[in-house]
Amino acid sequence: MKERVWIKDEGIERGAEALTPERIERTINAVLGNETGARLMAYVETCVHCGLCSEACHFYLSRDKDPSYAPVGKVKQTIWPMLKHKGKVSVEFMKQATQIAQTECNLCRRCVQYCPFGIDIAYMMSLVRRIVHKLELTPLYIQDTAHSHSATLNQMWVKDDEWIDALHWQEDEIREEIPNARIPLEKEGADIMYSVIGPEPKFRTQLIYQAAVIMNVAGLNWTMPATPGWDNSDMAMFTGDSEIMARLKRAHFETAARLRVKKIVMGECGHAFRSVYDTGNRVLGWRMPPIPVIHALEFYWDLLNEGRIKVAKQIEEPVTFHDPCNVVRGRGLHEKAREVVRAFCKNLVEMHPNREHNLCCAAGGGVINCGPPFKNARVESNSAKAEQLKATGVKLCIAPCHNCHGGLDDIIHKYGLDMELKFLGEIIYECMEKPEA
Amino acid sequence: MERIYILVSGPLAWIAWSVLILGSIYRLWQVFSLAKQKEQVLFSYISLKYALRSIINWSIPWNTTNMRLHPIFTGVAFLFHIGFFVILIFLSAHVIMIEEGFGLSWPTIPDALADVMAFLVVGACIFFGVRRIVRPEVAFVTDWTDFALLGLVAAPFLTGILAYHQWGDPLLMTILHMLSAEILLISIPFTRLVHMLFAPFTRGYIGSEFGMVRHVKDW
Repeated sequence: MKERVWIKDEGIERGAEALTPERIERTINAVLGNETGARLMAYVETCVHCGLCSEACHFYLSRDKDPSYAPVGKVKQTIWPMLKHKGKVSVEFMKQATQIAQTECNLCRRCVQYCPFGIDIAYMMSLVRRIVHKLELTPLYIQDTAHSHSATLNQMWVKDDEWIDALHWQEDEIREEIPNARIPLEKEGADIMYSVIGPEPKFRTQLIYQAAVIMNVAGLNWTMPATPGWDNSDMAMFTGDSEIMARLKRAHFETAARLRVKKIVMGECGHAFRSVYDTGNRVLGWRMPPIPVIHALEFYWDLLNEGRIKVAKQIEEPVTFHDPCNVVRGRGLHEKAREVVRAFCKNLVEMHPNREHNLCCAAGGGVINCGPPFKNARVESNSAKAEQLKATGVKLCIAPCHNCHGGLDDIIHKYGLDMELKFLGEIIYECMEKPEA
Repeated sequence: MERIYILVSGPLAWIAWSVLILGSIYRLWQVFSLAKQKEQVLFSYISLKYALRSIINWSIPWNTTNMRLHPIFTGVAFLFHIGFFVILIFLSAHVIMIEEGFGLSWPTIPDALADVMAFLVVGACIFFGVRRIVRPEVAFVTDWTDFALLGLVAAPFLTGILAYHQWGDPLLMTILHMLSAEILLISIPFTRLVHMLFAPFTRGYIGSEFGMVRHVKDW
């Protein structure tokens, strides 16, 4: 068993320098006292320490069943002592709790499905993150992303004009393939607002291109906003910064409302979906999203079933499909996704376990966003996924989520797997009928 | 000795059951009023349909993915819980006491069956205890209170077996049986045994979230 290394991170170190025992105590008690209630009490008192959640966790499985990586083991090293000592914990303890909650849990909620009582351990890890945020211990890289969200309302410091430029540029590119194609900006009253995450205009512009081609071929009345609010991503949700999360989601929903669209369609991102569909709406006081939110997987399925897109050719080589936690455990889109994959690919080879019991990519929950200091530990903590991928024997993996791409890409390199990763949109773009092209 | 017997079978029993019932009401009231005061939003995510779906699926042995991952544990855990309640409610000695005291009566199970079940419950407690020592992921989160709770649960069954078989002084065993059962009853609302009260709600809540919001199974 490889022992856990306590990693040096500039954000954690600098934050820790400014801590005093009084501040830790005050902050923990403020969060646990003011921001929690029946749920935490019931969870902590109901847990009988049975350890049955352990095998749900890819960290535990990949770390030779080291019990300190088991979900309940993580609760034992964070929440329990905070409650037991009424917030009187050391600086060192808080640094370790930060690493555990922020970089050794993807909030994938698989353990929730394994707990006989349905105890939401991801909720407790989020609570620790909230405390970490208030103590200013958040790891440097993800905190920088949260700053970007705060300053620009997008994840990647994309300036307002750069965003519009990126869309115009992609429109130009598309028109070489489909002469009359458009990326309509600021079209009030369109049916659909298409929103993406910051990395798309920054370094994955081909995804905007492909999505726009699909929209044009399907003949949809759609638009993209030219103002902040276009980015649906949300790292503030993963740093426990509920205030910035609320600002982001408000901007996003208000942009859709201003454009008077009927629904928001979002690109292939998992965490952004969790934020817009499940978490961000709640922080704004909406039980469910105020405007219907459709993830790309469901959107493709709709288009296919309405006959708006048609299959021109199928991928011949065998493919496998990675289920992103946030749209599968978070929205049950696994069957729809498979129907689309099967329509465009001849041979789908399943990973095991799959669907709602998938293993996470270990990048989600903001873990990959904690950056280089934690990269090796993160990739080492997911040999379970590497084995799962390898067992399929295929060379093409479809992963309809940005974070999953990042996480799986690292795993593929580290474990020497000969495998290519694609978004489902890329496959559809390649294989669908494009009459005007 | 007789006076101790009168004490444990009379006033102490009344106290234990009162503490259990009032304590349980208090704990449920506490958790609900806390939710009402600070987490009203929880109520809007509760769906009776999905809560029951979850509770039912988790009440069927070997039905959930995790139960199938741990087939032996699952078998033992179900035997333990079923044994606990069946003996408590349907043991003839218990029913006779109720009948003598309150004039109420219901069917009972044969003593031989109850005897086997009691052994199984005690055996299950030993199994849980050993598991706490030998399984690293359980040992990591185990402290003395976990063993104490197991002891608390096992004691009435162990002493019940001793009294039934007249091993040792029957009167003493009966006293110990009643006393340990009373301690157990009193402990339920105020220890992790409270999962007896809370589990339907934690299960139902997460079942609702998974079913109604996330459209996915939680088992």
